[in-house]
Amino acid sequence: MSDNHDSASGVPTSGHVWDDDLADFVNQPPKWWMLGLTASAIWVVVYLLIYPAIPLPSAGTFFKGIGLPGLNVPQPGVDAKDNNKWTAIKELSQDQAELDAVRKPFEDKIKVMTPAAILADDKLTEYVTRSGKVLFSDNCAACHGQNGKGTFQSGKFAMREQGYMAPILLDDDWLYGGKIDDIYTSISGGRQGMMVAHKDSLSAQQIDDVAKYVKAMSEEGGKDKADADSAVAAGKKVFAESDCTACHGADAKGMAAMGSANLTDKIWRFDGSIAGITQTITYGVNSGDPQARVAIMPVWLKKDEQGHVVSKLDETAIKKLAVYVYKFGGGQKDEVAAAPAVEAVPAAK
Amino acid sequence: MSEATNKQLDNSSNVTDIYSEHIEWATNLGEKTIHAKRAPGRFRTLKYFTESLWLIFFFGAYLRWNGKQAVLLDVNNRQFHIFNITILPQDIWMVSLLLLLMAMTLFAVTSVASRVFCGYFCFQTAWVDLFTWIEEKIEGNPNKRHKLDAAPLSLHKIRVKATKHLIWFAIAIFTGISFTVWFVDAHSYWDDLLHFHLSAIEKATLFAFTMGTYVLAGFLREQTCLWLCPYARIQAVMADSQTILPAYDLQRGEPRGKLQKGKVIEKQGDCIDCFQCVQVCPTGVDIRDGQQLGCITCGLCLDACDSVMDKIGRPRGLIRYASLDELEGRSVKKIYQHPRTFIYVGILLLALSGIIYGLTHLGNLTLRVAPERQPLYVTMSDGSIQNKYTFKVLNKTDKDVEVKVSAEGGIPGQILVDADKPQLIHHGKAAGFTVFVKAPGANVHEEVTKIEFRVVNILNPAMSAEYDTVFNGPEDEHGHEHK
Repeated sequence: MSDNHDSASGVPTSGHVWDDDLADFVNQPPKWWMLGLTASAIWVVVYLLIYPAIPLPSAGTFFKGIGLPGLNVPQPGVDAKDNNKWTAIKELSQDQAELDAVRKPFEDKIKVMTPAAILADDKLTEYVTRSGKVLFSDNCAACHGQNGKGTFQSGKFAMREQGYMAPILLDDDWLYGGKIDDIYTSISGGRQGMMVAHKDSLSAQQIDDVAKYVKAMSEEGGKDKADADSAVAAGKKVFAESDCTACHGADAKGMAAMGSANLTDKIWRFDGSIAGITQTITYGVNSGDPQARVAIMPVWLKKDEQGHVVSKLDETAIKKLAVYVYKFGGGQKDEVAAAPAVEAVPAAK
Repeated sequence: MSEATNKQLDNSSNVTDIYSEHIEWATNLGEKTIHAKRAPGRFRTLKYFTESLWLIFFFGAYLRWNGKQAVLLDVNNRQFHIFNITILPQDIWMVSLLLLLMAMTLFAVTSVASRVFCGYFCFQTAWVDLFTWIEEKIEGNPNKRHKLDAAPLSLHKIRVKATKHLIWFAIAIFTGISFTVWFVDAHSYWDDLLHFHLSAIEKATLFAFTMGTYVLAGFLREQTCLWLCPYARIQAVMADSQTILPAYDLQRGEPRGKLQKGKVIEKQGDCIDCFQCVQVCPTGVDIRDGQQLGCITCGLCLDACDSVMDKIGRPRGLIRYASLDELEGRSVKKIYQHPRTFIYVGILLLALSGIIYGLTHLGNLTLRVAPERQPLYVTMSDGSIQNKYTFKVLNKTDKDVEVKVSAEGGIPGQILVDADKPQLIHHGKAAGFTVFVKAPGANVHEEVTKIEFRVVNILNPAMSAEYDTVFNGPEDEHGHEHK
């Protein structure tokens, strides 16, 4: 090779000549460039050994690498001699610890605060609504719908439920009360709707009459309006004389204590058509009748005899959910929480 | 022999001639350090002035304005402070216009007057100039430097070289510091630096820029221009035969020949082959070979040649700023006769007016409102329709403000639930909150009704922002009855 030189310049050539005098020069790349190339090649080997890239039996397992002297990444449950070894799991747990450290001051406060106190704190509310969104999507949205917009039942139970599988949580109509503590109680203790079937106590005609009367209360804007409407007078009589008022009240506005529905507003828990109302009255809710409507909210907070939480959600999570649901827009102001503000007035005098 | 064969032979000898030319193409791979001579002259003085603009880089960050750093590119907190102006990420589109402006200025200048940036303004040129100036002060003129480089290792050599490298390194460190202080508060940075409290990213920046300066300006020098810089490579497509650049007047200079005392050699050109133009060149090119990659158009060879022409009593300008057209005797067009001038100026003006528009329309509050989509609306127990809106208010001022929400349009009788509560927006931050709008069901006739929200600073009602969005309602079955 070395005796092949270009005659004009003296630059070494590869020795291959074609078209009489066309030859390939063999100029070396610059020295600094060659140094860079060599250094990169050496670094590749070093990198592969340090990081878990090549299975090495000497490292204990095959996927640890030999580690980096001076690197100290302790991880609970991992042998201390592996502290100098990097793994993706370690990085993950470090990131998680970092996140937990940010959340800790909030979580610690929520643990000892009542839902109403959390609601009064803007910053905590902001925090809670964000983590509440995740909890809600994981646990509640299956029945209550994404964002609490309700889910229509379909398939096997479609006829029986006829309407929402669980109540819409965005409106201001609450069967069991819309104050923050009521919501907390509903989630932790669960709820079971109950309405007896009237197919034996009332005749078909009576049920039809009272269904029309109930529908009129909602559509015409209250019980007074329906009472004045002679078209539904038969239903009014049935409503007053049978056991309807026992649960729904003489004013038909329902009782939060027992979860009976307000019949005068525009919101229907089940189907609001005449046929739907007739079915609800005839077969009841959770009455045991195979045709009855089903309305069950499971118990979300369960404790064993020692008082340890055994359910999927603990008190903190349920507090978050209560605040999150309250903030949907239908939450009712708590008079008790507002009371101290009133008392503060004479003190200021 | 036929005429055709003759011609073929002539051609083949021409082709072979091309190969001998490659001696002229000798590539500079940095094996030999270039020690350029420093000669006074017009362009040398100009270069000192243009390069001293970099003093702004070193000391500009210490300028204070209203008690804060005047120019602070606070990347950590995602905001740029330039005197009274604060630029948040939302306005960062202006930076792309600024880049366009700078790129176009570079292109326009290159097409008219070649690599003016390289020769007079480039940091590589400026720092190399500074480094070699120090080298000359310590090691002496280029001859002495060549001798010192070749000399065997001695105590004297070590002392001289070490002094030079120490000063170089000090400048490199100061360069690294000066770069960093544009991005963090300069005063607290020095405090942190002297207490060794720099953050990891500050350390990395300081290290990278110190080493970058030391290696690029101290060792790689013209190799950077030849092999690293992309601009040096693309300039060829921007320059053409109308571009003025330092050029050797071939007609006047050739045939070149050494000057001999007391003799006038017939037919000899003005070039006396004194190599002064090569000696002063910081990138070591011979300008008499024509325009080439290594030429950063700094004009130092013009100074050198002019001084020689003065000595031998010839007119100046054997090497001068000239276009190829001028040298070859073609007609020379004026700047405004080139269509490209207008294209460049057009793009420059567009970018500039965009930046001016952006800076004058920064505003102080920005409002974005996102209507809830799932579900679009909620029917309340009294039959009213409620919409939920997520507000995002950005406060671009440097003070916290409290805003109130109001709405125009929408549904008659609508109520903004809880909107009387003032919302605090911290300065330079965006705050989000929720507003419910409740409207009587009887009044909602359309699926979609236009509504405009407005946030107003409670203390200064002149400061406000609006956003147009919609109020969603149910499909109205009795729409025709209401009409």
